[in-house]
Amino acid sequence: MPSSTTPGQLSPDHYVADLEETPLKAVDAVDESEKPRSSARDAWDSMRTRPLFWISGVLIVLVIVIALFPGLFTHVSPQTNSLSNSNAGARSGHPLGFTFQGYDVFSRVIYGTRASLLVGILATVLVTVVGVVIGSLAGYYGGWLDAVVSRIGDIFFSIPTVLGAIVVMSTITDRNPLTVALILALFAWPQIARIMRGSVISATATDYVMASTALGVSRFRILLRHVVPNAIAPVIVVATVSLGTFIVAESTLSFLGIGLPGTTVSWGGDIDNARTTLRTAPLPLFWPAAALSITVLSFLMMGDVVRDALDPKARARR
Amino acid sequence: MTTTTDTQTQAANGVVKGAPLLEIKGLNIGFKTQSGYVEAVRGVDLTLGQGETLAIVGESGSGKSTTATSIIDLLPGTGKVTAGEIFFEGRDLVKLPKPEISDIRGRLIGYVPQDPMSNLNPVWSIGFQVEEAIRANRVASGKDVRKRAIQVLEEAGLPDAGTRLKQFPHQFSGGMRQRVLIGIGLSARPKLLIADEPTSALDVTVQRRILDHLGTLTRDYGTSVLFITHDLGLAAERAEKLVVMYKGRVVESGPSQEILANPQHPYTQRLVAAAPSLASRRIQSQIAPSAVHGDAVAEAGSDDARRLQAAHEREQIAKHEAPDFIKVENLTKVYKIRQGGFKSTELKAVDDVSFEIPRGTTMALVGESGSGKSTVAKLVLQLESITSGTVTVGGSSVGALTGKDLFNFRRRVQPVFQDPYGSLDPVYSVGNTIAEPLITHGVGDSASRQARVRELLEQVSLPISMINRYPNELSGGQRQRIAVARALALKPDVIVLDEAVSALDVLVQGQILNLLTDLQSELGLTYLFITHDLAVVRLVADKVAVMQKGRIVESASTDEVFSNPSKEYTRDLLEAIPGANFAFGK
Repeated sequence: MPSSTTPGQLSPDHYVADLEETPLKAVDAVDESEKPRSSARDAWDSMRTRPLFWISGVLIVLVIVIALFPGLFTHVSPQTNSLSNSNAGARSGHPLGFTFQGYDVFSRVIYGTRASLLVGILATVLVTVVGVVIGSLAGYYGGWLDAVVSRIGDIFFSIPTVLGAIVVMSTITDRNPLTVALILALFAWPQIARIMRGSVISATATDYVMASTALGVSRFRILLRHVVPNAIAPVIVVATVSLGTFIVAESTLSFLGIGLPGTTVSWGGDIDNARTTLRTAPLPLFWPAAALSITVLSFLMMGDVVRDALDPKARARR
Repeated sequence: MTTTTDTQTQAANGVVKGAPLLEIKGLNIGFKTQSGYVEAVRGVDLTLGQGETLAIVGESGSGKSTTATSIIDLLPGTGKVTAGEIFFEGRDLVKLPKPEISDIRGRLIGYVPQDPMSNLNPVWSIGFQVEEAIRANRVASGKDVRKRAIQVLEEAGLPDAGTRLKQFPHQFSGGMRQRVLIGIGLSARPKLLIADEPTSALDVTVQRRILDHLGTLTRDYGTSVLFITHDLGLAAERAEKLVVMYKGRVVESGPSQEILANPQHPYTQRLVAAAPSLASRRIQSQIAPSAVHGDAVAEAGSDDARRLQAAHEREQIAKHEAPDFIKVENLTKVYKIRQGGFKSTELKAVDDVSFEIPRGTTMALVGESGSGKSTVAKLVLQLESITSGTVTVGGSSVGALTGKDLFNFRRRVQPVFQDPYGSLDPVYSVGNTIAEPLITHGVGDSASRQARVRELLEQVSLPISMINRYPNELSGGQRQRIAVARALALKPDVIVLDEAVSALDVLVQGQILNLLTDLQSELGLTYLFITHDLAVVRLVADKVAVMQKGRIVESASTDEVFSNPSKEYTRDLLEAIPGANFAFGK
């Protein structure tokens, strides 16, 4: 405080706070006590405080374990049947009863998990990889590459995924989870590519990209090291959600009889088989459908949580 | 004018000036966050009389905007008044039910928001938005609404208001939009106008015209004004009373001239000392050239002779040594703007610009938005291609560089950008950000790079522990230090500072400017300093070039430009600096 002035010289409404109540900190001081927080860590902290994350997480882990080790959950084979059990109700050892053909419903639901999940995961991985690569190149390099890729994407975009898959699947004889996933991915990649393209374009226009250019970092390296990591978040969100929709799509195809062959146990196939007896015995249809809904729902919920965690705007709204 | 407004104006003019209109007592405001409850405002008291103007001054995060928005119950998100009273005309606004607050809002208390670019709805015409405000506050009805809207805009200083009503926000400049917002804020002749940084997004000359106009209007209507600002000069010039806030508390309040001439609280003293004004002098480095880097913050009143010596040496360099370390000749940049179809028009962003910068000195390029100054920076950095003219750095022509030569050129010329929140990649830790240039240019091995990163952090006065932090945890000033450290990593000769301190609070700005000056004398750096803020130029530059519409209109040494500006435009710019000639008590 300047020694030349005394409080007496101040006008009466000049208020000065007590220094002890308003301690001064050094300008722009660094709080060294805090732990480093990466954006990934922030996302994790945001996710783990949400019950929805734990509910969907536990369900997803359970579904994955069932898909990997179905034998742990049932000792009844899904492939053996006895017509004497046709549409029989639940009894000891067969908690969900039997289908029209006399298969054990519980066993079919457990063993059907693998095919459904496999198609879902395979299709999602394929779509994400293809969409990210194509979308980033188009958005980053722009020009004719962008024009051509975007128009090709639009053509595929205009064909509904399931309709396109129906057409192609009906011509294929060798149908297994991989071919089903490939064909679903063939019609679904433009969605991811579009999202990635837009996201890359906005990430390319940032100052840190310009700073890296000024450092002499090569264009392709900037794409790999700065643009893609910053543009990937929306794609992760959409991919998590689309995993659910791919499982549904597989079921749709199997239901229509052009998905997985009848010899592969799958939820879609079982729903199709139970359709004929829907009025007399609805339960053989209900159980695979319930398994499908719960699995898809848990992936959708997980997608929701991931979106909130990765998108700071959505997080702030809560 | 309708009868209602007539009586309101009379009432406003009839009151005794100074009788309290707004009284805030012991106000506490808290926000709920993920990590718990945070108090943003603690125990704030303030009194605003009829017809008075009061400014709340503080850094970002000091709680000044939070205090202002709580008056009209517009606290963002989870904000809540947890204690205290806000008396407006004898009624406690905190206890008032929502419908009554919303009746007061707009009709008795007007609000002018900060950012004119985002506060008008782009899908509705200007007329619709003004009329909406007039109807909502029941100022006029039926056909009178349109008449009143025209009147409001004319009063706010928009010529041709009748035809402008049909236009849309994107057809208006920032200054015009802010006039519309002021018009809306004053449309109901409120007794109190809250103006939250109303001009901080505008150029100084526009800011001055708008504030002059606002001052006249509120004086005529007898409106009290609550100004929120970070700019001390503006507060000194426009407000009778001042409240200084720091970390949610009021640290000093009273008559503004007295506080600024004779600040009592150490925080106010710091603010006043850091406020750049035309009376300030160039910052001199605390470190003699070639001295080993030591404690960056030297004690006050340090070796004056040595500092004078340093200044003298730099002046000598500026005068005598080869004046053309950086030489820009007839530089022109033309952008083609597509007009739909195959037509395109040309925009000359930079038009025949020439200047030289001697080694080890700072040249400032000053201009308002759209003057082409940032384009010049990009051309010097070779981030944009040159249309015609040459840029020579240390003897080699920049435009002709390709491949390996361009790569080597990047090593010598580095940028620091304006937005400290945008110039660091959020997924990179501080250590990786600073190491990137070293890795890119293959400097040293992993261990020596680590050592260099530590050395650089020390050079920009940041603790080594920052190495594992991420940009989102750091303040604007700290991020800007990281950006400076990254620019220094390759030991460049030239740093292009594109509005590098414009987004920072005044104290942090002062700190960064000191740092830059120290680094300059220590490392012999040459700066091209791009800014819109003439007061900052005074603090750092040896030479100044003033740009207007792509051309350099005046170019001379800093002292000449400031003491004897030869061009009308430069004089306008200088006069428009708020509180430019106010003697701050330093």
